[in-house]
Amino acid sequence: MSEPAATATENRACFELRGASQTLTVMELHHFDPDALERDLRDKIRQAPNFFRDLPLVIGLDHYEGNAADLDFFQLIGICRTHSIQVLGVRGGDDDIRRLARNAALAWLPGGQTSAPRPVPDPEQETAENTEESAPETTSTGAGRLVTQPVRSGQQVYAPEGDLIIMAPVGAGAEVLAAGHIHIYGPLRGRALAGVHGDTSASIFCQSLEAELVSVAGHYKISEDLQGDDWRTPARVRLEGDVLTVDPLTR
Amino acid sequence: MARIIVVTSGKGGVGKTTTSASISTGLAQRGYKTAVIDFDVGLRNLDLIMNCERRVVYDFVNVIQGEATLNQALIRDKRVENLFILPASQTRDKEALTAEGVQKVLDEMSETFDYLVCDSPAGIEHGALMALYHADEAIVVTNPEVSSVRDSDRILGILQSKSRRAEEGREPVKEHLLLTRYNNERVERGEMLSLEDVNDILSISLLGVIPESQAVLNASNQGTPVILEDDSEAGGAYADAVARLLGEERPLRFLDGQKKGFLKRMFGG
Repeated sequence: MSEPAATATENRACFELRGASQTLTVMELHHFDPDALERDLRDKIRQAPNFFRDLPLVIGLDHYEGNAADLDFFQLIGICRTHSIQVLGVRGGDDDIRRLARNAALAWLPGGQTSAPRPVPDPEQETAENTEESAPETTSTGAGRLVTQPVRSGQQVYAPEGDLIIMAPVGAGAEVLAAGHIHIYGPLRGRALAGVHGDTSASIFCQSLEAELVSVAGHYKISEDLQGDDWRTPARVRLEGDVLTVDPLTR
Repeated sequence: MARIIVVTSGKGGVGKTTTSASISTGLAQRGYKTAVIDFDVGLRNLDLIMNCERRVVYDFVNVIQGEATLNQALIRDKRVENLFILPASQTRDKEALTAEGVQKVLDEMSETFDYLVCDSPAGIEHGALMALYHADEAIVVTNPEVSSVRDSDRILGILQSKSRRAEEGREPVKEHLLLTRYNNERVERGEMLSLEDVNDILSISLLGVIPESQAVLNASNQGTPVILEDDSEAGGAYADAVARLLGEERPLRFLDGQKKGFLKRMFGG
């Protein structure tokens, strides 16, 4: 028993490199004011303490309006650390920022839409659901994903690029996510989140709107708010300005 | 090679053990050598429904742990030829079911049996996962009510991702819906989901509809699989389900509620 195990260990390389994608929370920084940051962060944490405990965080600078020179990464890390948030790296910004980040031993990620966060309507529930089984079998068609099997309670299907097309029901307790549009040729009874990287032009189409939650680019509505004329009818959910609207699909 | 069928539901109290007893009895009646295995370690019930609780010496866990041979633990049914029961342990917990142990026992049984019917415990934890892992086919037992249907949907998702067939990328587990405790009058009054509602949500092939019936309760209490009660509607419905499991076509019966007696029909009762 022990001998073959030992040789197997010797023969195997001590590591292998693999590509992996992980959903991360990004703190989009508009300007840097240590006191305000500390105060606002404490407020947010009070709302969902479990979500923030040991949370890996990326500092997003795509919308940063201040001077690079004002940014004190050491101070920022310190503030986060006191609230047990782990800063992993910095996303976006120019070469100066990149140098500053390196000095603070933070990883630098290119800016744009590469690793934007999922919307966080209910942080505690979101983290609880991260232990899901793998999704039903799907075929990938370049950018986008096609699912022909029902998506069942507890399953999650994610199209990190492009659209997600589901030719079966999405059950209550299931979750489907896409960077682009979501098409469901069947009833939508679970959660559907389109435009998870922030694409505000994304829509959700379904043959019967019975969803627990719909979201486009982080703007969401829960079942209670969807009980209008379009409930249980073919519908399209899209973002009009800042307002999530539901339109009938048939006219 | 035996065909392994798991009887599962997610939710408790919907009729898994009743179904396991009747389906396995039905398969044995058809001449297939069948064993029904109780995976509900710690809460064993199958031996009660099969009326063999006084003959349990060794159980499934004893066999897994090498304390008894399979032949010592298997109980031969007194009523139906070709039917054997492997009871669960009352004194252990479900952690005693190890993946390797279960595999070993099922492999050994596969050599001599035609069908192995695994009676799953409720829930989606270890015991239920062990019961469904090796399945070739799954009978998902569902009551016509919302929470039961939701749990069945969940267990179907787990079958698609956590079964051995899924892990090895083989042909997926064949899923059958068995709707139990169906009461047409209550469906018509809107107190229960209809067959169409359940089909719409779960969208898997229908193995049968078992009407709600006092006969099921009576049979359980007497330790008789209800399929042996030939004159009961529930028994007939289980016999139909077994036939469909074997690939035969049977029309759906007993959907119209209680049969009205001759006099009642005459006088419009």
